[in-house]
Amino acid sequence: MVAHLLRLKLLLLRNSLKRSTAQLVGVILGGLYGLGILGTVVVGLAFLGAADPELIRTVLVLGGSAVVLGWILIPIAAAGIDMTLDPARFVTFAIPQRQLLTGLVLGGLVGIPGIVTLIAALAQVFSWIRYPAAAVTALVCALVAVLLCVVASRLVTTAMSSMTGSRRFKDINGIVAFIPLIFLGPIFAGVTAGFQGSPGFAASLADVLAWTPLGALWAAPADVAAGNAGTAALRFLIGLGTLALFVVLWSRSLSHALVTPPYNAVTKRAGGNLGWLGRFPATPAGAVAARALTYWQRDPRYFASLVAVPFLAVLLVISGGPQGGAVAFFGPITAFLLAWSISADISYDNTAFSLHLSTGVSGRDDRLGRALALLVFALPTTLVFTVVPLLIAGRLEDLPVMLGLSLGLLLTGTGLSSLVSARYTYNVPLPGESAFKTPPGTNFMMFAVQIIGWIVMLLLALPEIVLTIVYFVTGDALYGWLGLLVGLVLGAVLLVVGIRTGGRWYDRRAPELLLAVSANR
Amino acid sequence: MSSPVPSPSVENEPGGRAGSAALSIRGLAKRFGEKIAVNGVDLEVPQGSFYGLVGPNGAGKTTTLSMATGLLRPDFGQALVHGVDVWAQPLEAKKLMGILPDGVRLFDRLTGEQLVTYAGLLRGMDRETVAERTGDLLRALDLVNDAGTLVVDYSAGMTKKIALASALIHAPRLLVLDEPFESVDPVSAANIRDILTGYVQSGGSVIVSSHVMDLVQRMCDHVAVIAAGTVLAAGTVDEVRGDATLEDRFVELVGGRNTSEGLSWLRTS
Repeated sequence: MVAHLLRLKLLLLRNSLKRSTAQLVGVILGGLYGLGILGTVVVGLAFLGAADPELIRTVLVLGGSAVVLGWILIPIAAAGIDMTLDPARFVTFAIPQRQLLTGLVLGGLVGIPGIVTLIAALAQVFSWIRYPAAAVTALVCALVAVLLCVVASRLVTTAMSSMTGSRRFKDINGIVAFIPLIFLGPIFAGVTAGFQGSPGFAASLADVLAWTPLGALWAAPADVAAGNAGTAALRFLIGLGTLALFVVLWSRSLSHALVTPPYNAVTKRAGGNLGWLGRFPATPAGAVAARALTYWQRDPRYFASLVAVPFLAVLLVISGGPQGGAVAFFGPITAFLLAWSISADISYDNTAFSLHLSTGVSGRDDRLGRALALLVFALPTTLVFTVVPLLIAGRLEDLPVMLGLSLGLLLTGTGLSSLVSARYTYNVPLPGESAFKTPPGTNFMMFAVQIIGWIVMLLLALPEIVLTIVYFVTGDALYGWLGLLVGLVLGAVLLVVGIRTGGRWYDRRAPELLLAVSANR
Repeated sequence: MSSPVPSPSVENEPGGRAGSAALSIRGLAKRFGEKIAVNGVDLEVPQGSFYGLVGPNGAGKTTTLSMATGLLRPDFGQALVHGVDVWAQPLEAKKLMGILPDGVRLFDRLTGEQLVTYAGLLRGMDRETVAERTGDLLRALDLVNDAGTLVVDYSAGMTKKIALASALIHAPRLLVLDEPFESVDPVSAANIRDILTGYVQSGGSVIVSSHVMDLVQRMCDHVAVIAAGTVLAAGTVDEVRGDATLEDRFVELVGGRNTSEGLSWLRTS
């Protein structure tokens, strides 16, 4: 039975590769990238062996704890990513609990993250190569630690499996999961500052972690190397005890999950509230805009495309300080990202797009509506993000040129996106799926469209960009006002051109677009 | 029950020549890679008829209907709705049609009421008419209590019904319904049948695809049997079935019944 589960996982892995060549290429490239990182880690760990034991310990405990934490947290953030061996799928089979557990653990190991973790964990043996006793301890601890990773992540998945069936949970979780990402910048900054502030910070953090289940197993070899066999045994017990506890908890929640199918609690609600559909003009374009805006509110996938914006703000503040020059570019960069965010709109619709096709919406109305929905909130956002940093920095004299650049990028980019989404579709997470999920296939296409699209957008906005540079070099206010004028006029013209041309392409190719998005299901 | 569906507005519709068939499919063909999904289908759906399209799984029903409604570009052939070529004048043809496609998603983050309203507004209808008809349709399809629920939280049958409402909102002259009764409960199915019968009596035309022979035999006046991408028989229901039931005739035409012993181990005694 254990072998069956393993074979199932391998078969699923192999069949997912067989779907298309483009995907195979993507997997190979991804695999090479992973191998590169893994190679660097292994070599790094080997070289670490030459350092003094205190440093080895600090690095291993911190790195190891991060890995365990990752295995626990990633399934929470990315509910539904790898559900190939989802316990809910085994409900109808009578598999003995013990074999199911073993099979699921081994199944969790098979796969890129499992293998990479295992190899990296085993590589720490090299770090202790000068201390044979410690190296042997490291080998044993590594195996237990990897098991701990897999079991902990399975425990989390199973505990959540009854919740992940509910649509509401998925949606909320999809957004909540971004919060740590948004604070990644400050956290990173804080940790970096801690390291810079006191050299002993890392060592004391490692000391604390070494007594927690996260770091205990990674710290035990260091104790052996230092000759404290008793402490090492204690830490090993902490690790082993945690593993045992997790297995028991997992086993319990698994048997519970197997008899409790996910339940989606839905409250019935009578109508009467048309939302945006009641507020936008009652035309096809207005309806498309209202629907798109509703999706910006309700669909976590749209929210996900904006996650980079606050992250960026933090990054700019860190790199230049709140009054530095870098923050001034927050507005233009936000405009750039927002404008590009509707470039895959039809891909996000998936086959729901057939409604636009069957109702005979004209290309112009479709393009206009989607652009309108974006501009309704992107325009105020861009204005605020352009003006406020300049206010804080006390450089209001730069306002014309920065406004010209921001608005130019926003309008030009929206026009370009309207064109791109009428021509190119690529696989995006399906409606209702986790926004983190990388959909299989045609990743190359996606990257090509993105990179080329960005370059084209910068080229189209080149007049504003050049005027901005000239303004900052010469300091002549004339160029600033010229930049504002060019940004507004050129941006508006390109927006109209984009919507019209995109509309014509749409009218010609709408059935092909529908066919292209139905391939992703 | 007065028909909640606005009668097809025959007199003031643009396009559409009088006397032509409601839907006329001529030599439609489609190939996906190696597989020929539809191999030259000809169908004539007379005005005011209730037309059933039956066939085994994978026969090409959905592909044919998608090509006839402008959702999938055919490799060969032509589809005319009241004389308007679907692929030469798509916008005019689509005004005459209400389409319920099978196996596509809906904009399911909208509430049921919002989705039907959206379909109406996309058709360019004015707000008052949309609001009035949306209310009528939701009542007729027993969705009033769920009008404000997101469609993503609907059951399969409710989803089918809300999609049907979206197809009816503009009072089309031809309804193209792909598997309209799938996972719909018997009471709702009977309601939908009443609505469709009333619609046909007032001059509209309906073409439905279905697996359920019994339903087609009772409900439709015309039927076409399609298998492996070709039409095996077409005409009025009585012509096609002859003396037998439609189901027997269907099995006879399509073949594939297993009459051998088979699965003897499954018998419990």
